[in-house]
Amino acid sequence: MEDDVKKFLYVNRKAPYGTIYALEALEVVLIGAAFDQDVSLAFLDDGVFQLTKSQDTKEIGVKNFSPTFRALGDYEVTKLYVEKESLDERGLTADDLQEIMWEDEDDDWAEKPSIRIVSRAEMADVFADQDVILSF
Amino acid sequence: MKFGILISEGPYTHQASDTAYHFVKSALEAGHEVPRVFFYHDGVNVGTRLSVPPQDERNIQQQWSALAKDHGVDLVICIAAAQRRGMLDANEAERQGKDADNIAEGFRISGLGQLIEMGIETDRLMTFGD
Repeated sequence: MEDDVKKFLYVNRKAPYGTIYALEALEVVLIGAAFDQDVSLAFLDDGVFQLTKSQDTKEIGVKNFSPTFRALGDYEVTKLYVEKESLDERGLTADDLQEIMWEDEDDDWAEKPSIRIVSRAEMADVFADQDVILSF
Repeated sequence: MKFGILISEGPYTHQASDTAYHFVKSALEAGHEVPRVFFYHDGVNVGTRLSVPPQDERNIQQQWSALAKDHGVDLVICIAAAQRRGMLDANEAERQGKDADNIAEGFRISGLGQLIEMGIETDRLMTFGD
């Protein structure tokens, strides 16, 4: 069975609003979670804005889907890699991002952070380690 | 090799679906397998049978329908993306109380699970988008 598990990486490069890519990418992640694959998400370029906290879309009349990221742990999607250089280039820090946690059932349900901030070089290693990469 | 194809941009505005078509055609001619093409985002609009491009231009939808007919490629349009953009097959049109459907021959509407399954079952998943 282990042979049937592939490593899926969902790459999020675009801002959460302005285009539909981020929302429809998240829809793929949620459906894909049912397939018991090894899932990771990468956030780079303007994609890092998807994880910012206190998003308020009232004035643009578009649904704020950012709370859904906090539910990913329930779908066993627990690896959210965020590129540090992309944050830096946009004047963002880890404090600007939502707190996204997952419960580790192998560690007495300890709450652990899903967001892992990595350098551009480390992100390249994450990419190289995948079987299937879906870029949005 | 077995290729899965994801098309994530719409026809005519973007070249993505053209490039994907040329890739799939060449891959099949070279003896590779392309069991499925999945249309997502505005890519779903490739599958409308109501497009009428000028006669001296390529007809992107008809190119794909011919490929499905000749090579048995499974052309899958994502249902969630399709419903947002007014792409309905006869069943969905009836279910949603709409007065028309517009899916071209060789295309079918199904769920995102078909995209994930394609990623699992093929050797390479190629994305054609921006």
